[in-house]
Amino acid sequence: MLLMENVCISYKNKKESFPIIQNLSLSIQEGEALVILGPSGCGKSTLVNALAGTIPFECGLVDVMKDQLKQKLDPKIHRIGIIPQNYGLLPWKTISENCMLPLKVRHEKVTNRYKQDTLKIYESLNIAHLLDKYPKELSGGQLQRAAIARAFILKPDLLLMDEPFSALDAITREEARELFLNLWQENRPITILVTHSIEEALYLGKTIMVMGTNNGEIKLMMKNPHFGKMDPGTKEYYEVKHLLREKLKSSNGKVVENIGKIIKAM
Amino acid sequence: MAKLLKQCKLFIQGFLLFNLLWFVASILMDTNVVPNPLDIYQNISSLMTAEIIIHILYSIKRIALGLVMSLGVGVPIGILIAYSKKVNKILYPLIYLCYPIPKSVLLPVAMLLWGMRDGSKVVIIFLIIVFQVIVSVRDSVVTIEPSMYQVMKSAGAGRWQIIRHVTMPGILPQLLTSIRISLGTAVSVLFFVEGYGTEFGLGYYILNAWSRINYIDMYMGILVISLMGFALFILIDLLSNVLCKWSSIEE
Repeated sequence: MLLMENVCISYKNKKESFPIIQNLSLSIQEGEALVILGPSGCGKSTLVNALAGTIPFECGLVDVMKDQLKQKLDPKIHRIGIIPQNYGLLPWKTISENCMLPLKVRHEKVTNRYKQDTLKIYESLNIAHLLDKYPKELSGGQLQRAAIARAFILKPDLLLMDEPFSALDAITREEARELFLNLWQENRPITILVTHSIEEALYLGKTIMVMGTNNGEIKLMMKNPHFGKMDPGTKEYYEVKHLLREKLKSSNGKVVENIGKIIKAM
Repeated sequence: MAKLLKQCKLFIQGFLLFNLLWFVASILMDTNVVPNPLDIYQNISSLMTAEIIIHILYSIKRIALGLVMSLGVGVPIGILIAYSKKVNKILYPLIYLCYPIPKSVLLPVAMLLWGMRDGSKVVIIFLIIVFQVIVSVRDSVVTIEPSMYQVMKSAGAGRWQIIRHVTMPGILPQLLTSIRISLGTAVSVLFFVEGYGTEFGLGYYILNAWSRINYIDMYMGILVISLMGFALFILIDLLSNVLCKWSSIEE
């Protein structure tokens, strides 16, 4: 279980600091996927960055409960997989080098068993034939699948995704989501996916959270009954979609003001 | 491999045309200051003695020392400037100021401070290369995608692992390009710095032949130093092909 208690994160420059997220508390159970839906500028990517360890939490606690043991979230201890928007593959490493890099960084021994699991992941994502290629030689969809492979090969305790499908065209995106979901069902790491697509939230989120622009307030938190279903076309689906859209809209107003403040400060 | 063949062809074409122009010039000008290139090439066998090899090795040693020092100083400074706003604030104005200064004019100062021997020679070569290295390292670090750091940090990578897997390979292509360019300048400055305090080196060889009014020898020196510059150029090119295979892939 991932526990966040009264977390705050700020954007800082020399003179001032701007709260981006204030007093956010939430918890995600083992094997659950939380989708955070929010307008751009609301701080959802900032939250992912902080969980990934690239920016500090200013206050609050972030803990991982595992086997009855509560421990502060730490990239050096916990396995944190990440799928960034532009995939974050190193152009100077081949696809397989890229996928194994997190393990190498952690000085982990790759047993035969592990190798077999890895191979399975490559095959299920249909990139087994691309392992010796460099990222520049691949298409957007292939890069995306490589980034998914890298995240799952790590067998993450926490999987972070920042608009991972937004750079793909519509058809490739659907395929990628489906492949991702299949793999996710098999491994079920605690997942936080950040997006501004309502369809994506409904398809991949067990729980959906709408984040407002007012310092990361939670506008809505709901169990998603449509998880794993690609637009079933039912009335309930559209009702939920409508609700999410309304919540997103009502949180839009303050963004401009917030961004204005930050730009001024820069 | 195809690229290598293409480069060879380019070299041969250029070489033939160059010699043709030289040949025509020697006939038109009709003076022993511009000898017939054929006379020079006839003497090539006498050139390939142990003596010229020693001169070449001395020159290469000075360039290599200057290069190693520039890399040792320039790469860390470039990375520091790129990553630390504080260091950038202090050092960048200095580098901005020093970058365009022609370093060879500092030769008298270097001679006074580091003597007539190899010290001042290497320091001048170092000064020529180091600023190029710093600027190119800084510029290429800045272009590295932030998401790569994100992936590394979330995997638990420490600072040195990030430098090893992300920063160093990321700066390599541009670093090699800037070394290739600045080595050309370094070779040309050999002519000055080997004109004093030594009896070895290609610069000395040319100047010595010149003062003996031995134009054949002088031209051979010029020929050899040009070939050495060219060889260094090619060497860096090959190195870049091997080490940065990924960067030459067309998207």
